[in-house]
Amino acid sequence: MARSINQNAYSGALPNFRNLGVLLRVLVFVNVVAFAAAVVKTDGWRGLWPELLETSALVQPLLILSLLMLVALNDWLRRLPDYLGFLAVIALEVALTALLHKLGRPLLEPEPAPLERYCLLVLLVTAALLVYFRLRERALSPALSEARLQALQARIRPHFLYNSINAVLSLIRQNPKRAEEVLEDMAELFRVLMADNRELTTLEREIELCRRYLDLEQLRLGDRLKAEWLIERVPPGALIPPLVLQPLIENAVYHGVEPRLEPGVINIHIYGTRDRVHAVLRNPYLGEADRHEGNKMALANIRERLQLHFDAEASLTTKVQDGNYEVHVLMPYLKGQVTHE
Amino acid sequence: MSDEQPLRIVIVDDEAPARSRMRDLLADCGREIPLAVTGEAASGRAALELLADRYADVVILDIRMPEMDGIEVAQHLQRLDEPPSVIFATAYDAYAIRAFEVHAVDYLLKPIRLARLKEALARAHPRRPPQPEALRRLQRAPRAFLSVPERGKVHLIPIDDVVYLKAELKYLTVRTPAREYLMEESLTRLEQEYAERFVRVHRNCLVARAAVRGFERSSEGGEAHWLVLLAGVDERLAVSRRQQHIVRELGKG
Repeated sequence: MARSINQNAYSGALPNFRNLGVLLRVLVFVNVVAFAAAVVKTDGWRGLWPELLETSALVQPLLILSLLMLVALNDWLRRLPDYLGFLAVIALEVALTALLHKLGRPLLEPEPAPLERYCLLVLLVTAALLVYFRLRERALSPALSEARLQALQARIRPHFLYNSINAVLSLIRQNPKRAEEVLEDMAELFRVLMADNRELTTLEREIELCRRYLDLEQLRLGDRLKAEWLIERVPPGALIPPLVLQPLIENAVYHGVEPRLEPGVINIHIYGTRDRVHAVLRNPYLGEADRHEGNKMALANIRERLQLHFDAEASLTTKVQDGNYEVHVLMPYLKGQVTHE
Repeated sequence: MSDEQPLRIVIVDDEAPARSRMRDLLADCGREIPLAVTGEAASGRAALELLADRYADVVILDIRMPEMDGIEVAQHLQRLDEPPSVIFATAYDAYAIRAFEVHAVDYLLKPIRLARLKEALARAHPRRPPQPEALRRLQRAPRAFLSVPERGKVHLIPIDDVVYLKAELKYLTVRTPAREYLMEESLTRLEQEYAERFVRVHRNCLVARAAVRGFERSSEGGEAHWLVLLAGVDERLAVSRRQQHIVRELGKG
């Protein structure tokens, strides 16, 4: 069985502090609270800036130190039984507050407020954040996010299915052997398309699938379709959500090659850095006119699946440059051995 | 039946396998309906060239093709002396299918079934070209070309080349930098179709926004008025009093 790596599908009271999305949310939340506090304490705009600086001087060191500690202690904290983990984080925060209060006191001017007041504030903010993450996890609970993933399963264009069947029909009389091969390719492709695609696959398998897909399109489009693969630096064993690349290539064919009389080149460049996987797809751009709803829906679908799997660590961006439409997918490099039954 | 002229058919599809499949199917139909495939084309333009010197009873047109889609090709086919019957073919297009039903235009769904093809051929004979109004309704984007009949051929004028359109009595003058054409179309309808591309400067005249180089004041013929200067042609066209606001809007006055 494939290993489920849906990162949101953990059980436990605490969020994964090593997740970029979680860290970002903590940073934003605490700073918003600090800003609100500064606004409450001053009247008028003039005093706000100095007050903000002062609050920052108190808040940022604690925030950064806390995050470092949480990242370091993540595994240990998350192994603790339910509410113990919750209490441990609060205790850690209060302890850090006390420590900083003691160390920072000689540096601060004027004399800071008594320790109890800070501890109470830190306690409230920490508890609020933990409750928020708890609720968020429940909202994205495995059952729910699995249901969403299922609903989001990439759908192939009916246009492609019917055209391919038509192409196979045309081969049956003239070239039965080739027709067999094409049907085999189609079966392979539809096996993946109709499978339960909530679990990750390897990048290599996805590339193989894209090649099968392009072979099918080649049959219909002949010389009009040219694919350039730049995949020497594919990170080995990288795990990615299935059908992230294929729909993008399908879009490239549909919008960049099919509407053109001249041959169109689809450029697929996949490479890895130390902890990231990049996929850059380029196809000729024919203007906004042909880039209709279907494309936007496919992109939104992939974006949402990336988010469900990787949260803020994955992204999909598009741009138009030098007459080409470019899609850039960025994913974290998760290494894994996926065995398919 | 046997002494009847065979049905002459032209296949237009940008995908070679689709054309070959259609050929096979037509060969199958041939046992019951006397027919001959007289030509094949991989694009709308090639089809129009082919049909200029070869007459066809039926044209089977793929809808989704580069440069101009099947609906547009069918519109240009109307310029032929004897426009053929048209059968559209499409892989999947919920919108188009509804429209075809509504406007009683014949269509085939890919993959094409032999029985459906036979029915469509039977209906296409005798020749029954589609209604221009129905084609206009099916049209989803402005046409890429205007067309005029010329010595039995259909001459295509890329819309990008058109500098202005001017209505004169019964005809419409289409001006490109190279030459002038006369065609029978309604200026109002063209104005609607190409709302983004052309701007009305006068009751009887539309000019391409992209071709507007500037404006000039003139008092020839009594009252002072604006003239529009256009790229690619030397003529200056009068801007009517009612349309004077475009001088400011196009910001080149």
